[in-house]
Parts: sequence; structure tokens; C-alpha cells
Amino acid sequence: MNKHILSAFAHGKAFIPFVTCGDPSLDVTEDLVRAMTQAGADLIELGIPFSDPTAEGPVIQAVNVRALSGGVTTDRIFDMVRRLRQDVTVPMVFMTYANVVFSYGTERFMKTAAEIGMDGLILPDVPFEEKEEFASVSRAYGLDLISLIAPTSHDCIRMIAEQAEGFVYCVSSLGVTGVRSEITTDIGAMVAQVKQARDIPCAVGFGISTPEQARTMAAKADGVIVGSAIVKLCAQYGMDCIDPVSDYVRRMKQACLEV
Amino acid sequence: MHNGRFGIHGGQYIPETLMNAVIELEEAYNRYKDDPAFNAELTELLNEYAGRPSRLYFARHMTEDLGGAKIYLKREDLNHTGAHKINNVLGQVLLAKRMGKTRVIAETGAGQHGVATATAAALMGMECEIFMGKEDTERQALNVYRMRLLGAKVNAVTSGTATLKDAVSETMREWTSRIADTHYVLGSCMGPHPFPTIVRDFQSVISREIKEQLMEKEGRLPDAVLACVGGGSNAIGAFYHFIPDKSVQLIGCEAAGRGVNTAETAATIATGKLGIFHGMKSYFCQDEYGQIAPVYSISAGLDYPGIGPEHAHLYDIGRAKYVPVTDDEAVDAFEYLARTEGIIAAIESAHAVAYARKLAPTMRKDQIIVINLSGRGDKDCAAIARYRGEDIHE
Repeated sequence: MNKHILSAFAHGKAFIPFVTCGDPSLDVTEDLVRAMTQAGADLIELGIPFSDPTAEGPVIQAVNVRALSGGVTTDRIFDMVRRLRQDVTVPMVFMTYANVVFSYGTERFMKTAAEIGMDGLILPDVPFEEKEEFASVSRAYGLDLISLIAPTSHDCIRMIAEQAEGFVYCVSSLGVTGVRSEITTDIGAMVAQVKQARDIPCAVGFGISTPEQARTMAAKADGVIVGSAIVKLCAQYGMDCIDPVSDYVRRMKQACLEV
Repeated sequence: MHNGRFGIHGGQYIPETLMNAVIELEEAYNRYKDDPAFNAELTELLNEYAGRPSRLYFARHMTEDLGGAKIYLKREDLNHTGAHKINNVLGQVLLAKRMGKTRVIAETGAGQHGVATATAAALMGMECEIFMGKEDTERQALNVYRMRLLGAKVNAVTSGTATLKDAVSETMREWTSRIADTHYVLGSCMGPHPFPTIVRDFQSVISREIKEQLMEKEGRLPDAVLACVGGGSNAIGAFYHFIPDKSVQLIGCEAAGRGVNTAETAATIATGKLGIFHGMKSYFCQDEYGQIAPVYSISAGLDYPGIGPEHAHLYDIGRAKYVPVTDDEAVDAFEYLARTEGIIAAIESAHAVAYARKLAPTMRKDQIIVINLSGRGDKDCAAIARYRGEDIHE
């Protein structure tokens, strides 16, 4: 287990923002990571764009296209992380798709990610049944491969939790990523099932955008993950997104602490 | 533990949200695949409703014209709805019904699979939604109308390149959001396990019939079986029962578009590399960072950047070979078959006809080629006319 990831859950309920690298540019992403850290982000998910993100809703699909057409590549993202790690200590994980890692060479990808100071990765198209192909390599380099559980996981929750690394990513709803007005899944029960199997932090993601939702979810879990709402701000403000995103992260972290 | 592998290919690379659905599907399939009542009902549908067995037709004029091997055409174009797609769809929708599902969703490229799914849904009283790339809804407007006529809702997909791969992605997303009452009728031998196996099994009726029919007509096995390959369902169906017969060459004809040396191609074996996409490990057209390539072919049904995992394995072990066929060659073959045999085949199937035109003259007259004519070409006439610079109104 990567101790650095666990430290993200040591400052009250964790707030975990997601940004897609290279939207609107890698320079802005770099500044955004620093700004979000100062605004109270406990762990940051860096999205490596993929051409065909099948687990994403329209907002993140569009940002993947924007970032790729801007010329972002895995190597250029690695370079950005190298620059960030000179002064930024916040735990960071990559969020990308299996083919991005596989085509780079799983071994080469994990080795580089560890060298530049990443702490783990999330691969939404790699379920428990296929994870060893990646986890056996990431583990060797001290990276955590984060496991996801979904509202449909039922009896598999125990099995997934027992082998989980870092934290468990609880998917709040059926469907793809994106802002939702209401979350109907019993998150409390989901988290309780994980905790019964294993003492590991649980963070909830998919569909969360408002401080009220963050407060509700933080009361039931150890952390809150937000992606689409932040990506929307980046799309809306473009090069000027730093301040609005910082304000947003500050308000969301505050909401997480109010439980 | 690796589920549903063909050598190193296959697997289940899908979001956790869908895992339960594919596990449930696998359990149901294993329960029903050898169930006499299920199979009796499916056979009845295939024979009485879809018109099986399809004919194995000796193409006398083509054989004489090419002056080499004897050519037989497996007439999947004569099935109800005009293509091989119905074989798989009747099986899957029947299975979905047994599983208690009330709604089916499907992707479609050329529209043949969408039409077949809408047909089976109408027949079996299921709600039906089809996802089709926006570009394809324009290329194949007639099929869109047919699906609507059959009571299906057709969603034009605008994400990505707005073609078949995006339709698959969008159907997967839709399935993720509504699983309890919905079955995803995947149209090709691709995607996560158990789909490649289920689709292959339902399509393998093609090779079973070819074998029986040719035995009756010629008393022997063919020397080569040719089929076009996008995801590869008609090809795996035509190959499957010949895999153990090593004397039978299995040849998949890929869509090379404007050529394998251009970016405008969809020939996966010729230009792709190993990757993970749409739930499976297989070969995919992609760039050096694993971004899936925006592929191109005149044929909407072959315009896909990957190939089914069993084909990838047959290629790896050298049991089947895969050859690229360009738009030009396919259009020539489309016209050639119409003139020589009076058969207007789908532009997809014309890719296999095109390769047969090269192969037959190199073979002896006592040898036999079977071409799987996977679909009929009415849907393509307007597009081919445009390709030849003629603007006709449908």
C-alpha cells in the first residue's frame, strides 16, 4: 500500500478533484494542480486523455477530444508531473484507460509513473477480474491500482475490498460520469460492506457537483471525488479557469469538513 | 483466472458497473445453449422466420470467367432482413427474453444489425433502441427508416468519429446506465466475454451448413473459405466448423479503404497493433500512444478499428489469413457480381468477392472456393452510384 495515498485521508474527509491533463493546455493544468493543492485538495486525479472513453459522459468525452487535439501525449504529461513534483507534495494518481497504459508498455508506464512521483492509478475499464495484469506490475513499483465498486457489485464487494489498494472508489450511480441532480444509491450500505471486509478509505465519485452533495456523501464515506463539474469550469473559463476552480475546490473541501 | 480468452486475446475489460451483467449473461448462456427447448425454438425461428438454411449457390459464370477454382456463394444475403446478422440476433433476443429482459439495445454500422435487432424485437415484443453513428445514419438513411418502421428508436451518435466504433461506445454507455431490464445485443464477435463466444456460436450455423451442402454437391471440403471482416461475425461463422480441417484455407478480407499505406483505412490486421478496447484485448488501429485511430472504409459495416479476439488468435497461430481489399476493388467487385451472376451483394461482402477474383485464377479447376455473401446490396446502391459520380435519389 502506498502510504502517501493514505495520508490524503488524514485531514478530515478528503476532497479529490479530477482534471484532464492538457485542457486547455498543459501549462494551465500544471498551475491548476498547484492552485487546487493550496485550495485544500487532498489527492488529485490527473486524467490522461483517451480517444474513446467508454465510462465517461458527454462533458469528459468532450474534454478528452479537446486535450488530444491540442497535442497532449502521455510523455508530455509525464514531463508536466516531473515539473510539478519539484514543489508539489499532494498525493496524485493517474486516471486513464487500459489501452493508454498497455500501448505505452505496462512495465514502462508503471516504472516511469513511479519515478516521476505518481502514487497510483485508476483504470475504469479494468475490473477486478482483469486487474492482475496491471496490478502485478504497478505493485512492483510501489503504485496503487485503485479498485472501483459499483451499485451493481453486490456480492463482489467483499472480494474487491479484500484486495483493494490505496482507497476504494465507490461509484455512486449507474451510468457514466457526469453531473446528477440526485443520487439514489445507498452509499452508506456500500461503504459499510467495504469496511466489513477491510479497513480501507472509501471515496465516492460520479455525479457529485454541489457542496450539499459533497456534505451528504462525506457524511457516509471518507472522501468525495469530483470530475465533470471541474472539467465544466475549465471549459467555461478556458485559460482563466484557475481562480474559479480554486474557489470551487475551497468550497467543496469546506463542505467535506462540515460533517 | 482469465475468462473467455482466445490465446492472449479476449477478456473482460469493462467498467465494474457492467461486470454483473456479463456474468449473468454468461450464466444464462451456459444454461440455455444446450437446452433442447431453447434450441428447438431457435431452430424454428431460423428456418421458418429467417429462411434458413441459406443456399449454397454455384457461381457458374464467375467460375468460367475467372478460369480457375470453382466458386460457390453462401447466400446469407437471402436471409430475412438481408444479411447474416439475423442468425445472431434471433439467438440473443431469445436468450434475453429467457433472462426476463424487456428491452434490447444495439449498435449498428451499415444498419443491417440494427434492422435485424429491431426485427427480432418487433417479433418477440421487446422495446428496442439502436445507436448508429451520425455519419452512418446519413450513408444508410434507408436502414434508419426501416428500423423506425419496425418500432425501434434510432439514436444518432455524434461523439468521436460518429461511426461504428462510437456507436459501440455509446451503446456500452447506455447499458451501464440501464442494466436491470436491458440486454445489449452486440452485433459482432467482439466486445467483452462472453459476447465473442455467443456471437460465434450463433453464427456458426453458416459453416455447419456450408460443410453439409458442399458435401452433398461435391462430396468434399472446400479449399478456401472467404469472408469479409470488420469485427468479423460473418467470417467467424463461415470459418468456425472448418477450423479443425487444416486443408481448408480461411481468408478474411479487411477493408483497406483508400489503401493500407494511407491513413484512410480500416484494415486492422494489416495496420493495427495489440491493444485493449471495447472490452477486449485484440488488434486495433491506433497511434503510438494507444489513441484509437479514426478509420475509414466505403463500407459502413467494416469501418471499425478493431477485429474480434478469435480472429486475432486465428491470425496469431497462422490458421487464418487476413488480406486488405481497397474501396476501388470492392466497388469493382460489387459491379462485377451484379453483371456476371445477377446478384447485388452488400459492399461489405463485395470485399470477399474482390479477393476471390484474385485468388480463383491462381487455383486449379478442381479446387473449390466458398465466398460467404454476408448481405445484400440494395442499401448500398445510392452510395456506389455517388462513388461513380452519379447522383441518384432513393
